[in-house]
Amino acid sequence: MVASSLKLQELIQEIREAKTQAQEREVIQKECAHIRASFRDGDPLHSHRQLAKLLYAHMLGYPAHFGQMECLKLIASPRFTDKRVGYLGAMLLLDERQDAHLLITNSIKNDLSQGIEAVQGLALCTLSTMGSAEMCRDLAPEVEKLLLQPSAYVRKKAVLTAVHMIRKVPELSDIFLPPCAQLLHERHHGILLGTVTLITELCERSPAALKHFRKVVPQLVHTLRTLVMTGCSTEHSVSGVSDPFLQVQILRLLRILGRNHEESSETMNDLLAQVATNTDASRNAGSAVLFETVLTIMDIRSAAGLRVLAVNILGRFLLNSDRNIRYVALTSLLKLVQSDHSAVQRHRPTVVECLREPDASLSRRALELSLALVNSSNVRTMTQELQGFLESCPPDLRADCASGILLAAERFAPTKRWHIDTILRVLTTAGTYVRDDAVANLIQLIGGAQELHAYSVRRLYSALAEDISQQPLVQVAAWCIGEYGDLLLEGTCEETEPLQVEEDVVLALLERVLQSHMSLPATRGYALTALMKLSTRLHGDNNRICQVMSIYGSCQDVELQQRAVEYNALFRKYDHLRAAVLEKMPLVERGGPQVNEAAKESKEVAQLSEAAPVPTETQASKLLDLLDLLDGPSENAQHPPPLDPTPGDTLIHLLDLPCTPLPSAPIPNLKVFEREGLQLTLSFVRPPGTPTLLLITVTATNTSGGDVTHFICQVAVPKSFQLQLQAPSGDTVPAQGGLPMTQLLRILNPNKAPLRLKLRLTYDHFGQSVQEIFEVNNLPVETWQ
Amino acid sequence: MIKFFLMVNKQGQTRLSKYYEHVEINKRTLLETEVIKSCLSRSNEQCSFIEYKDFKLIYRQYAALFIVVGVNDTENEMAIYEFIHNFVEVLDDYFSRVGLHVLQLLLIEQPLPAASRLAARAGTVSAK
Repeated sequence: MVASSLKLQELIQEIREAKTQAQEREVIQKECAHIRASFRDGDPLHSHRQLAKLLYAHMLGYPAHFGQMECLKLIASPRFTDKRVGYLGAMLLLDERQDAHLLITNSIKNDLSQGIEAVQGLALCTLSTMGSAEMCRDLAPEVEKLLLQPSAYVRKKAVLTAVHMIRKVPELSDIFLPPCAQLLHERHHGILLGTVTLITELCERSPAALKHFRKVVPQLVHTLRTLVMTGCSTEHSVSGVSDPFLQVQILRLLRILGRNHEESSETMNDLLAQVATNTDASRNAGSAVLFETVLTIMDIRSAAGLRVLAVNILGRFLLNSDRNIRYVALTSLLKLVQSDHSAVQRHRPTVVECLREPDASLSRRALELSLALVNSSNVRTMTQELQGFLESCPPDLRADCASGILLAAERFAPTKRWHIDTILRVLTTAGTYVRDDAVANLIQLIGGAQELHAYSVRRLYSALAEDISQQPLVQVAAWCIGEYGDLLLEGTCEETEPLQVEEDVVLALLERVLQSHMSLPATRGYALTALMKLSTRLHGDNNRICQVMSIYGSCQDVELQQRAVEYNALFRKYDHLRAAVLEKMPLVERGGPQVNEAAKESKEVAQLSEAAPVPTETQASKLLDLLDLLDGPSENAQHPPPLDPTPGDTLIHLLDLPCTPLPSAPIPNLKVFEREGLQLTLSFVRPPGTPTLLLITVTATNTSGGDVTHFICQVAVPKSFQLQLQAPSGDTVPAQGGLPMTQLLRILNPNKAPLRLKLRLTYDHFGQSVQEIFEVNNLPVETWQ
Repeated sequence: MIKFFLMVNKQGQTRLSKYYEHVEINKRTLLETEVIKSCLSRSNEQCSFIEYKDFKLIYRQYAALFIVVGVNDTENEMAIYEFIHNFVEVLDDYFSRVGLHVLQLLLIEQPLPAASRLAARAGTVSAK
């Protein structure tokens, strides 16, 4: 039975008539069955038609692998119509992963050497589309021969095949290197374009080729110049620009050749300026060429004037109404802003305009660029603009914008007050999007600006009274009100309007924060601590606060419960300590990792009992005892350190620092005392992890003839320091250079004040009891800085 | 370098796809759906360049047909934009009304040199 052989057109017609997917599948399956039968039986006259139909079916997505061998057969056939379809089939059906593809290598070889243009063209085309590495290696010499053929058509295809070969097998560059220089002299644009691409590929893959091709820079320059200067030939012009594709490709090659190479860059300078000025940018083609020129100028070692020209071109792009051009300009300016900052600054107003774009990718680019352009002179205006943008921008940009503004404010803030204002404004507008450390930074900033305490607490209070939903704002406000509550109630502050605030209102506000379901647990913690601090700052009675603490003593949240219980303890049992414990905090050191470590360590001590205040007491008594012994003028009752026993605070913990003494840069020893052969030497160690800690080892040596017995050494330090004396190694220093006695001192110096020591020694020597008191003032600077 | 070239209709069906770098078949469909989704959801006011994974997508709409080209970072977006337009112009010239099916068949086969201009343009396709 002879199956009717449809023509391709007819098949297409049938398929289009099929109304449903199922119908279409039916038609195709029927046809494929015919085709398979025809391949099996071998129908030399119509096999190309069958294959064409099969290829069409393949394009629609149906399996067609059984046609592969047929492709090979058709390629080998002497007829052109067969070859054409056969090669087409090979390009579609065969690829590197099929084993059959190597079989066509021989056919291609034959066709390449045949001498008929069309056939050679087909073969080259197939090779460039699906040539695998082995095929390329085998056929490279053939292709190279064809590069020099008289026919332009073949040469063009050969160049394209060469490009593909280089991409697949970079080692073939040796073969294709020599003809390139000659090919550059072509007049045919297609060949020229292909050659430039080939050279680009060669240069990208091998530095030796790069050096070799630097020679052709003058030639390229000449070609490009003729393109730009001579009027457009209608054959190659696109909206008034003569062959923009070739221009772009040459510019790209020049960029690669001129990168990091002074000489080539110099040759190109004039040309680039010429292209930049002569190209008409009103249509997209011209803009494309200009953009490539700008990219090239940016990349090579160009003259300063040229770079300014490039930035100005980009600035002009920014004013263009076409969105694509603006996008491209913003992206490039972002790359340039590091190297040519002042030139880009000139276009700042336009960039700020672009913030208002409806297109998200454009406004994101504009935001990045604006943030990069902020410097100390324009910080006020820029922050104004950016804050306006923050209010109206889409949510995914908010986080970036907020952190950008905060960063810029930190780097360039003209005054502290402006800084605080800016941060406040950012927190009120976009509080939920700021980074976590913004809260800590702001607290630290406010703490440091003593003169602004009153001002900040008022502003924060008003902000909090309006809105308690923005968590970072609430946290900062709660902390401030706690710390500086007394300033809030005092009444006058010249920088804001007078605010009459009642104690009750403040307490009510903090209670509201505590109870609000919008508050995070951390926020509640802040509010609770603030309430506690207010118990010492405010003058009313503390019943209300006590009540709150008792309520929260049975709160579900463990953290809050612990705090409340401890504060309760402070009220009931340790009321005498309350004032000292809740004193104003000293200025916090900007976070180091040890701060967080200390806080974490103390967090782990999760006790529900009243053990926390106990260490305070023992510390206090130890110090008091020590100082009582000394009746010298060394300072009287040192305050027990303002401890906040709650582990939840993330700010500095003055004790509980890690104990391990780590080696650091050696500080010279200091001899402080010498009498009759007894010497006292101090050696210092500053562990690197804890900058406020100093470890002193007191060493007593005895070079005299008699022993020193009952040796006791006592030390006192100025008010702001804390001292811990550890037990001495012994109380006898044997005579004649015997084993020295050592004692370790730990000194904490949070304020980095100059260290002074007062030492008191009592011992028996040569039958006499000796008492010595002296001060040590000449301690080396490294001990306390 | 051009990574892929897609022609998609407004309903989201791929009419033509040509990959210049090897991509698995199932990954291709995934890639195409994602690319199409991002292009179709753009409004008229937004620009024609999208960043997608490590490609840049440049798309252009012609009536009911979207042409999307995926390139790597080093390409000049505007030149590709121009190139898409050029391509459509050429096909338009050569086949008067761009008929999809015949178009596809002859797209891949380098046509016999009827017009040198066509050959030059076709050369551009392969060169990129």
